[in-house]
Amino acid sequence: MKEQLKIDFNKIQEVSNFSNRDIEIKKSYLNKFIENGFPNRKQENWKFLDINQIISNNISDLSFYNDYSIENKIDPSIFIDDLEHNKIIFINGRVEKIDFSYEDKKQIEIIEDSYTTDKSENNNSLIDLNFALSNKHFKILIKKDYSLKKPLIIYHLSNEKMKSKNINLRLDFELEQNSSLKLIDFFSDDSEKNFMNIFYNFNLDKDAILKNYKIDKSLNKNLKYSFNNIDQKQNSISETFVFSAGSDYFKNEINCSLKGEYSSAFINGIFSLDDNKQHEIRTTINHLVENTKSYQLIKSVLGKNTKSAYQGRIYVDSKAQKTDGYQLSKAILLDETSEFNAKPELEIYADDVKCSHGSASGSLDDNSIFYLMSRGLNYKQAKGLLINGFLLDVIEKITDAEIKDLLKKMIGLKK
Amino acid sequence: MDTREKDIENLKDYKYGFTTDIENIKAPKGLNENVIKFISNIKKEPKWMLDFRLKAFERFKLLKEPDWQKPKYPKIDYQDLYYYSAPKSMKDKPKSLDELDPKLLETYNKLGIPLQEQARLNGIAVDAVFDSVSVATTFKGELTKHGIIFCSMSEAIQKHPDLVKKYLGTVIPTTDHFFATLNSAVFTDGSFVYIPEGVKCPMELSTYFRINASETGQFERTLIIADKGSYVSYLEGCTAPMRDENQLHAANVELIALDDAEIKYSTVQNWYPGDENGKGGIYNFVTKRGLCKGKNSKISWTQVETGSAITWKYPSCILKGDNSIGEFYSIAITNNHQKADTGTKMIHLGKNTKSKIISKGISAGFSDMTYRGLVDINSKAKNSSNYTQCDSLLMGNKCGAHTVPYIKNKNFDSNVAHEATTSKISEEQLHYCQQRGLNPEEAVGLIVNGFCKEVLQQLPMEFAVEAQKLVGISLEGSVG
Repeated sequence: MKEQLKIDFNKIQEVSNFSNRDIEIKKSYLNKFIENGFPNRKQENWKFLDINQIISNNISDLSFYNDYSIENKIDPSIFIDDLEHNKIIFINGRVEKIDFSYEDKKQIEIIEDSYTTDKSENNNSLIDLNFALSNKHFKILIKKDYSLKKPLIIYHLSNEKMKSKNINLRLDFELEQNSSLKLIDFFSDDSEKNFMNIFYNFNLDKDAILKNYKIDKSLNKNLKYSFNNIDQKQNSISETFVFSAGSDYFKNEINCSLKGEYSSAFINGIFSLDDNKQHEIRTTINHLVENTKSYQLIKSVLGKNTKSAYQGRIYVDSKAQKTDGYQLSKAILLDETSEFNAKPELEIYADDVKCSHGSASGSLDDNSIFYLMSRGLNYKQAKGLLINGFLLDVIEKITDAEIKDLLKKMIGLKK
Repeated sequence: MDTREKDIENLKDYKYGFTTDIENIKAPKGLNENVIKFISNIKKEPKWMLDFRLKAFERFKLLKEPDWQKPKYPKIDYQDLYYYSAPKSMKDKPKSLDELDPKLLETYNKLGIPLQEQARLNGIAVDAVFDSVSVATTFKGELTKHGIIFCSMSEAIQKHPDLVKKYLGTVIPTTDHFFATLNSAVFTDGSFVYIPEGVKCPMELSTYFRINASETGQFERTLIIADKGSYVSYLEGCTAPMRDENQLHAANVELIALDDAEIKYSTVQNWYPGDENGKGGIYNFVTKRGLCKGKNSKISWTQVETGSAITWKYPSCILKGDNSIGEFYSIAITNNHQKADTGTKMIHLGKNTKSKIISKGISAGFSDMTYRGLVDINSKAKNSSNYTQCDSLLMGNKCGAHTVPYIKNKNFDSNVAHEATTSKISEEQLHYCQQRGLNPEEAVGLIVNGFCKEVLQQLPMEFAVEAQKLVGISLEGSVG
C-alpha cells in the first residue's frame, strides 16, 4: 500500500497546482499517515469497528489517485425539490459548484484556503490522510449578524470513475458573531466500493448558531468516514443530527469543544441498519468553562447482520462548574445476528456538575406488539408502528420545522 | 474523647500502620527460574505444581505490562522485589496455635483478629496470611465435620492435590494477562475452600491478609469451589504497614460454582493508602474472576475499597451455566492522592443468565476514580438481562470521577440497561441535616452512608459495621 500511496500522491501533485509550501505540508501529513496506517482495533477509538479490516474486506485494492483537474457533469435530478436551498456540490471530492443564490453575497465570503492546520490535535491517521490527499479547500465565512435565509445543502456525489478509490474532502466554516447556518449533508453514490473521508471544521463565535444534518439514506456499497470539529464561543449553539443508514460502513465523529460560557451542544442520531451494514457514532464533548450544556440522544434499529456502535465521551474540566451533560443511547435488536455496542464515557474533574448517561438495548416489546395486533394490525404493521414511534422521538428533537418535515418524509414517517 | 474523635485520631496514623519486628526467610531478590524453584522447593511442592509455575513464567517473559489504565504509576522493577518472605518460625509449620510465634499472635490481636480459640465466640473461621504464608486457620474441626475444606493453598496442594489440579488455573489460565501470569508463576499462599455437594457452610469463612516485610510483593492465590447445591459466604480483609515505598500486591482469586451452588465473596480492602502527599502505599493489582459453571449457580461480589495507593481490579463473572446469576456491588472511596480504576465484567454465555451491577464511587481530595465495566452478551445467551447502575460523588474540584462502561449486546432476546450519574452532595441535603443539629462532617457522613446503603446491605453483619465506619473515616477531613 505504501508504494501505491506514494505514487498516487505524486500523480495528484502533478495534475494539481499546489504551491511548494503546500506540497511540503501535504508530504508531512502523508508521511505521518504512512507511519501509522489505517487505524485498527488495537486503538481504543476503533475497538468496535475496525476500519482497517473493513477496508481490506470490502475494498481489496484501494487506490488513492484522484484527478482533480477533470470536470464532472452535474445531474440535477438528484437535487432535493421540496426545499429551497443553497448548494455546494462535490463530485468525486472536487467542488463543482458553489451556489448561494438565495443569499446576500456581501454577507458570505468564500475563501480559497489551501492550508489550515489541524487544530483538533487528534491523533487520527484518517485526518492525516485527508490533509495529504484532499484538493484545495474552501473556507466559508458568514459575517456578523447574518443568518442564511435558506439552508445550505452539500451534495456528496461520486460516479463510476471512483470505484475502489479513496475520496478526501474538507471544508472550513467560520460563523461570526450572531450569525447562523443550517447545513445539510446529503449523500448519493453512483459508484461502489469507495472510501470517502470528510473533514469539517467549524468555528462558532459568540451567539452563533450552527445546525448540521447529515443524511446517509440511499443504499450503497461504500465506506464513509466523517469528522466534525466544532469550537464554540460564548452563548453559541450547535446542533448535529445524523441519519445513518445507507452506506455499508459509516462512522461519524463529532468533536465539540465548549470554550465559551453558556454555550451548548446537541447531538442526535439514528441508526437504521439492515443487511451487513456497520455504523458508528463517536462523540467527544469537552466542557471547558462554566455553565455549558450538552445533550445527546442516539437510537438504533438493527436488522440482519448489522452492527452499530456508539462511543460518547463527556469531558468536564475542573474549571467547568455547573456543567449539565446528558447522554442516552437506545437500541432495538430485530435479528439474532444484530449487534449493539456502546461505550458512554464520563470523565469529570469538577464537582458542581450534573452529568448522567443511560443505555438500554433489547428486542421489541412483546406486550406492545400484542396490544397493537389485538386492535387489528398485522404483525408487520405493528412492528413498523413501534419502530417509527421509537425513531420519531429523535426526529422530534430537530429544531428546524422545515428540515424536520423533510426528514420525516425521507424516512417515511410522513407522507 | 468520643469514639468518633478516636477514629479520626486513628486515621491520622493509619491504625494498621505498625510493623511487626519478626525474623523472616526471604527468597533471593529478583525474578528468575531459580527463585520460582526456591519457592516451590521451600513449600515442598510436587512436580506438577512446579511445572505449572514454570509454564506461567515462560509465558510471562513474553508479556508486556499493560498501560491502558487511568492511574499511571512509576515503572516497577520486577527484579528488585522479594518474591517470598515468611516468618522464620513458620519454616516448620506449627501444629497448633500454641506453637505460633507470640509476636504473630500479637500482630493479629492488634488488628482485631484474635486467632486463639476464643475466636470461636465470633463464629467466623479465619485464615490469616502474613506476608507470603498462611499462619493460622481457625475452626478447622467444626468445618471438617461438614466435609468442608478450608485451609491454606500450600496445605491444599499437599493434602488435596486432585482438587487443586482439577480446578487451579481453569478460571484464570496461566496465559492470562501480565499480573495474573506473574501470580501464577510466583504465588506463595492463599486460601483454599471446597464445599462438598449439598452443604451450606454453617459459618462465614474469612481470610485476613497482611503485608509486613518491606520490598516484598505479595502474591496470594485463592481458590474457592462450591460443589453442586452448596453455599458459602467468604470474607476478605487486608492491611499493611506504613512505608514510604510502594508495595505491589498482585493476587489471583478464582471462584467456581457448580450446579445450583452459590458463592458470596466480600472484600473490605484497607491496604495502606500512602500519606496525604501521596507517598508510599500499596499497588493493589488484583485479578478476581468467578465462573458460574453449573446451571442455576450464582456468584456475588461485594467490595468496599478504601485503601491502597492504586486500586486496579475488576472482579468478574463468567455466566456459563444456564440460568446463572452474577452480581457485583461495590463502594470505592478515594481520598488524598489515591487512585482507583475498578469495576466488573459480566460475560453472559448461558441462556437466561442475569447480572446486576451496583457501583458507588466517591472521590475527594486530589484523588481519581474510574468505574470501568464490561457487559458482554453472547449471541447464544438467549433471554439474558443485565442492569447496571454506577453513581459517582465528587467532593471538591481537585478530584476526578470517570465512568467507562463497555456494553456489547449480540443477542436480540436480551436486555441491557445502564445508568450512571455524577454529582456532588446537594446544598439542600446538607442544609437540611445541619438544620437538625448535625455538624457538616456528620451530615456528609450520613448522606454518604445513605448513598452507599445499597451496597453496604449486601455485606455480612460483622463486616457491614466495620465498613460503615471505614466509609466515614476515609472521608474525614475532605469536607469544608
